[in-house]
Amino acid sequence: MGFWQPRRAGILALAAVIAVLPAVLPNAFYYDVVILVGINAIVCVGLNLLIGYGGQISLGHAGFFGLGAYFSAVLTGTYDWPPLAALATGAVSVGVLSFIVARPILKLKGHYLAMGTLGMGIIISIALNQEVDITGGPDGMPVPAFAIAGWEPSSEQTWYWIVAALLMISVWLALNLIDSPVGRALRSVHGSEVAASVAGVDVTRYKILIFVVSAVMASFAGSLYAHYTGFITPDEASFFHSIEFVTMVVLGGMASTFGSLVGAAILTILPQLLTVLHDFEMLAFGAILMGTMIFMRKGLVPSLVDLAKRARP
Amino acid sequence: MTLLRVEDLHKTFGGVGAIQDLTFSINPGTIHSIIGPNGAGKTTLFNLITGLYEPTRGRIHFNDADITGQPPHVLARHGLSRTFQNLQIFLNMSAMDNVMVGYHLRCDGRFLPSLFRFPSVVRKDAEYRERAAALMAFVGLEDYVAADASAMPYGALKRLEIARALAVQPKMLLLDEPAAGLNPSETLAIDGLIQKVAGRGVTVVLVEHDMRLVWAVSDHILVLDHGRKLAEGTGPEVRSNPDVVAAYLGEGGRDR
Amino acid sequence: MAGKPLFLQWLLISVLAEFLQFLFSGVTIGATYALVGLGFAIIYNASHVINFAQGEFVMISGMSTVSLLAVGMPLPVALLLAVGITVVVGVALEKFAVEPARNASVVTLIIITIGASIFLRGAAEVIWGRDFHSVPAFSGSEPIIIGGAALLPQSLWVIGATVVVIIALRWFFGRTRTGKAMLATSYNPLVARLMGINTRFILSLSFGLAAMLGALAGILIAPISLTYPSVGVMLGLKGFCAAILGGLGNPMGAILGGLIVGVSEAMTAGYISSAYKDAVAFVIILVVLVMIPNGLFGVKGTERV
Repeated sequence: MGFWQPRRAGILALAAVIAVLPAVLPNAFYYDVVILVGINAIVCVGLNLLIGYGGQISLGHAGFFGLGAYFSAVLTGTYDWPPLAALATGAVSVGVLSFIVARPILKLKGHYLAMGTLGMGIIISIALNQEVDITGGPDGMPVPAFAIAGWEPSSEQTWYWIVAALLMISVWLALNLIDSPVGRALRSVHGSEVAASVAGVDVTRYKILIFVVSAVMASFAGSLYAHYTGFITPDEASFFHSIEFVTMVVLGGMASTFGSLVGAAILTILPQLLTVLHDFEMLAFGAILMGTMIFMRKGLVPSLVDLAKRARP
Repeated sequence: MTLLRVEDLHKTFGGVGAIQDLTFSINPGTIHSIIGPNGAGKTTLFNLITGLYEPTRGRIHFNDADITGQPPHVLARHGLSRTFQNLQIFLNMSAMDNVMVGYHLRCDGRFLPSLFRFPSVVRKDAEYRERAAALMAFVGLEDYVAADASAMPYGALKRLEIARALAVQPKMLLLDEPAAGLNPSETLAIDGLIQKVAGRGVTVVLVEHDMRLVWAVSDHILVLDHGRKLAEGTGPEVRSNPDVVAAYLGEGGRDR
Repeated sequence: MAGKPLFLQWLLISVLAEFLQFLFSGVTIGATYALVGLGFAIIYNASHVINFAQGEFVMISGMSTVSLLAVGMPLPVALLLAVGITVVVGVALEKFAVEPARNASVVTLIIITIGASIFLRGAAEVIWGRDFHSVPAFSGSEPIIIGGAALLPQSLWVIGATVVVIIALRWFFGRTRTGKAMLATSYNPLVARLMGINTRFILSLSFGLAAMLGALAGILIAPISLTYPSVGVMLGLKGFCAAILGGLGNPMGAILGGLIVGVSEAMTAGYISSAYKDAVAFVIILVVLVMIPNGLFGVKGTERV
């Protein structure tokens, strides 16, 4: 059916980019940036399901990312757990936590929801800062290598393929979900909650579901990040980091999975490029953020798609 | 046998009674209209029946089940569906997907089958996409099967809402001012559509300001005034009721 | 013989003094949150925008004061000028960042104002560097002893100025044409425009007013808490807490919200632990929002369908 074509084309394009990149990446530094893009993209693909499709904002998802990172760091570092078990424990714990907070928080709407999720994220970040005995406090803590049954990824190239594969799986699952009864229910909640419920959609259930899914994806990416960088600080869970994730989603384009990838890529690479500006880095970052959102309100990918549609009617 | 039975229904907002002492019932297979001046409580009554509001007092029975205080998505399972006075279209979705949401209860809404695109999910989606297209043709939207909802004109969106409500496969369909904002010829077409829907065996309950439409299609009329029942009966009965003439229709009412 | 009652008396007095001490510091910082929260409420009323750059107004006025003092200006002039500079920045923010994005979605506007906040912080780092600066107290730093607790004269300035601001705002919104026009715009912008109110001007005015309130908070608190480029982040977020706690768009609610947050914070830091001091505001807000989804004094919106 012609209907499915854009979806397939998107996945194939992503696969092609992933396959070609190693041929053009000159050294480990570039690999490093691309790996970070991939990890952020996993968070954004999940967050986009919540914000772009479900229409529920969260200004606290870095909290879940940070929790995932610290679960992995503490369980493998302090308690010598195998990394996969730590990662899974982190994901399950974050899933349970997000499930518990989801019901009361998602009753809120608009700015109140923004405040509620922001507060939740900040509380997590303060806890990570203050529980020095467990987390090492603001100074951060080292994380052991990502060892699986005696094997561990030693080079940037290996990490590249691990993250690329996981990203492909995330995108594939997200696209599946969007094009399913669950995805339609989510989008209908975004469109009109009353109309959705009258059509038989259990609005609360789907809001909670997608909140938990996006939180678990963030936790999972947090665990990967911890093992990849080998050192984490509570900044991973900070308010600013939450804002970065939301910005990636909105900049790339809400309700566009590939937009999330583009957003993650731009906002991960941009600071690297802006380091040449030294002291002006933050200033330029803020200006670019404002400018893009003012002139491309729907975000990059949907705005460009609109342009292309207009050029070829 | 009655399909809907409302008993001693009360709803107050901040101490003000929007619906008071309301008791009535609706038989299956007919077109019922609820009329009354602005602020008579018609939409409030719809919101109570479809579970958007919880009654302050009283009970609502549907199809021999007590549905008082049940949320809308549960009522959809019982076979209740509705449209809205000010459109509630999912403007972020295609027209087809709007109707597909109406089929939500028929499709598999569980997480894991959707996540992994189980063949059963794909098969059912394809099947219901065909039925949705047929339903869109039934309401006269065959030209909009591939359209985005946000690109459709107002009159088409009104029909789209009816198609979505029908996709729920309701026993009873509540239409809140289906002709509001439409021109006379569009209103006439909606008139025909309502009769077609009733002809499928769906019980239609109508709130409408266009009295010509009301007289033309209604088998039974309930007149509300200040949240209370003023009169009830067939069109001619209601029209000759002196209370109704005095309170609502005015002197010219008979001729309209 | 009299040892026991005396001991009890001493204990009572010292417990009371301790409590007063926490109360003083709580009300002082709470008044700052209240001023910032008021800014959120005023902008929200005029435009339904949550201005995440609100905290930067606090920072800009504090940092400007430092620079103006450094070039040899007397303190009162420096303070006035600092507030003036901040108001200019506030109006410019509205003109160049918010105005062009009118009618954008809530999330988009949130990101635009966050972008503005990052931009302003970046500009501050370029202009002033990342160091901490101190500003002298307005009238000495010799504490006044009340009931065994020390009250800084600067705290009196903070509390006094906040009271004056509240009275002035009540007068402004209740008695002046412009104030009434602002209220009318917040109730219904369309009707306000039909009545001949220049809603664009009202929008600029709301940002100017909010910037002024933030700037006041900034110059008042700078002598107590030091000032640095990222001083506005937490202040801004807690001011947002205050505004939400009071019911978004309710100015008097924002003031009470600020005081509640400030006092609870000081009491927690004093009696329990200062480690989680910064979390107090957010715990309160979560508990309140979960129980009362529209804030303490918010108007309950009924969904019309």
